[in-house]
Amino acid sequence: MDFKRIAKPALLAGAMVLGSAVSAFAFTACQVTDTGGIDDNGFNQTAWKGVTDAEAKFGVEGRFLESQAETDYAANINSLLASGDCGVIITVGFLMGDATKAAAEANPDQKFSIVDYAYDPTIPNVIGQVFATDQAAFLAGYLAAGMTKSGTVGTFGGINIPPVTVFMDGFAWGVDYYNKQKGTNVTVLGWDPAAKEGLFTNNFDSLDDGRTFAQNLYDEGADIVLPVAGPVGLGSAALADELGTDKLMIVGVDADQYLTNPEKNHVYLTSILKNMDATVMQVIDDAMNDHFMGGLTVGTLANNGVGLAPYHDMDSMVPADLKSEIETIKQQIIDGTITVGM
Amino acid sequence: MSEPAETPTEKLAHQLLQKAAPSRTVYEDLIIVPVFAIFVALVLGGLVMLATNVSIDTIGRSYIALLTGSVGSLGAISETLTAATPLVLAGLGVAMGFRAGFFNIGAEGQVLMGGMAAVIVGFSFGGLPIYIHLPMALLAGVLVGGLYAGIAGWLRAATGAHEVISTIMLNLISFRLVDYLLKVPFIQKAGRSDPISNAVLDSATLPRLLDWVDPNMRVHAGVFLMLFMVWFCYWLLFKTTIGFEFRASGENPDAARFAGMRSGLIVVLVMALAGALAGLAGANQVLGVLGRASPGFSAGIGFNAISVALLGRSHPVGVLIAGLLFGALEAGGRQMQVDAGVSLDLIGIVQSLIIAFIAAPLLVRAVFPWGFRGKAASRKE
Repeated sequence: MDFKRIAKPALLAGAMVLGSAVSAFAFTACQVTDTGGIDDNGFNQTAWKGVTDAEAKFGVEGRFLESQAETDYAANINSLLASGDCGVIITVGFLMGDATKAAAEANPDQKFSIVDYAYDPTIPNVIGQVFATDQAAFLAGYLAAGMTKSGTVGTFGGINIPPVTVFMDGFAWGVDYYNKQKGTNVTVLGWDPAAKEGLFTNNFDSLDDGRTFAQNLYDEGADIVLPVAGPVGLGSAALADELGTDKLMIVGVDADQYLTNPEKNHVYLTSILKNMDATVMQVIDDAMNDHFMGGLTVGTLANNGVGLAPYHDMDSMVPADLKSEIETIKQQIIDGTITVGM
Repeated sequence: MSEPAETPTEKLAHQLLQKAAPSRTVYEDLIIVPVFAIFVALVLGGLVMLATNVSIDTIGRSYIALLTGSVGSLGAISETLTAATPLVLAGLGVAMGFRAGFFNIGAEGQVLMGGMAAVIVGFSFGGLPIYIHLPMALLAGVLVGGLYAGIAGWLRAATGAHEVISTIMLNLISFRLVDYLLKVPFIQKAGRSDPISNAVLDSATLPRLLDWVDPNMRVHAGVFLMLFMVWFCYWLLFKTTIGFEFRASGENPDAARFAGMRSGLIVVLVMALAGALAGLAGANQVLGVLGRASPGFSAGIGFNAISVALLGRSHPVGVLIAGLLFGALEAGGRQMQVDAGVSLDLIGIVQSLIIAFIAAPLLVRAVFPWGFRGKAASRKE
């Protein structure tokens, strides 16, 4: 058949390339991304940056598989297992918790790490990477409450799962704290931390939803919106770009979206950083050098696992008093004077 | 069938027989066209990849990965079968509809509803042995899928509402219904606030076939269900009176009606059968692959099933082959990503090109006129 005729010379060429690849890289780090894609300017992209950083720093080889639907998780992990040369398999996202657990238990000699999932009890060949994102979101909430002109801020999430709602919790608590300190009455739309209910798009990929949800919040009076839904938030940023930042500003999530979304970067008041790139790179380092221990890593304000991005273009608009208050609160969270939570 | 209507029925039978009789053209359609189609698609796909700065040896590696990832090893064949099974099942349902002249767009919703029913039965009723619990869960999927599609059939028969509109609307309803059901307390997994169901019990899980070779091989007993259904649909369509009535209604509804066939009943039956097969596809996914339901668990199976049915020319065996091709492309596409690092979007383009060319035999004949000399000559005669 014609197909085989082309395949044969290509097979030889391919084998030679593969052969050289094996000798050049001693270690391969593999990643399965969540739906939303590896170029989502946020969640998946930040986690993948950890692998590319490791490529640059340690000379490892990185590979990834994108999930198009939740049904792909197990199949993607299996494909990486079948390829047989992954030094560590990193799954990105809470929703992959079950699939990762099943694969880790079926393949006890394979090292795994999962972003946003903590197993209880822990699994010996899995490192869970979790983040106290509410600490950084608390600062963003305080900032938003100080910056709003309408007295209303809004948020919405992708799916009602802990790694998403932890942003919304912290944001709402930060606004509450501002209200208590200043005697103001800034309201948060889209999330009730007590009832654990709020606005959700129920997906991590529709930019249209990001636009619609931000529009609805804006129509209800919000002038600062925090979308916690991966690339969905890019739709919200596009809306803010059209309306103008005097009417609507966006708080970015996961990465510093001023840098990752350069076309619309002026709409970001700040971003809530979840430095998965650092923890992913750490996991790869551990796996390479046999320091790998199953368990948990927790990113906090104290260890720079989470943080608040610079204000960039908005820097001149944020009052100096507010900036210094946020610095103070950050220190107070780190030393435990302020406990983020209900 | 009533006695006085013999003559038009016989005419119909004759027409159908002519259609069923294979000629040289049919073999060209079945074998030569797909081979050329895949060749053209790979060349074009390669050009697309070249245009996006993918190097030649990456393209070579990615095509090898497509082959090895779909049929190159036992694990690859296992993945191909796992991906093909629900597509074939739902595709058979859509094909039955086509045969009877109904354009059923609703397979996606029927997959979801059937899958939900199977999951609910699958995590309830603990303590039953597998030979009772598993058939119960499968049957729940079949019944609910059939009933759900039956709504569209009944609407068509009773009110004349076109099935394209009603099945699309039923799809939209099913998406939200599943979102809602997954948050109902007894269905939702304990301790979770996102929509996800309880796990299916072991006694309702379709057993894996090759896990004794390698625990990562996912092919499961649903494959036998699929093969059985291919045979069943073939038998029903070509060996029974009701199948004849389906085909007759599809070929010429007026003639069929004047021949005494009850068109209203046929609509409802065909749609229910289509829904039952799609529901079985959903049950197959949750009981064999996923183990639980989450909002996107249908993953476009119902929509791909339409392509599978069309590509398979609405013949049960054709549907089987088309479904296997789709499954192979899915499994191989994943391997392309692993081995060659080609982006998922490019892989989607290559997959779609292959399918598009196979679906367009005239285009392939036009590109390779010399490949079909036999036919061209016979045409001139």
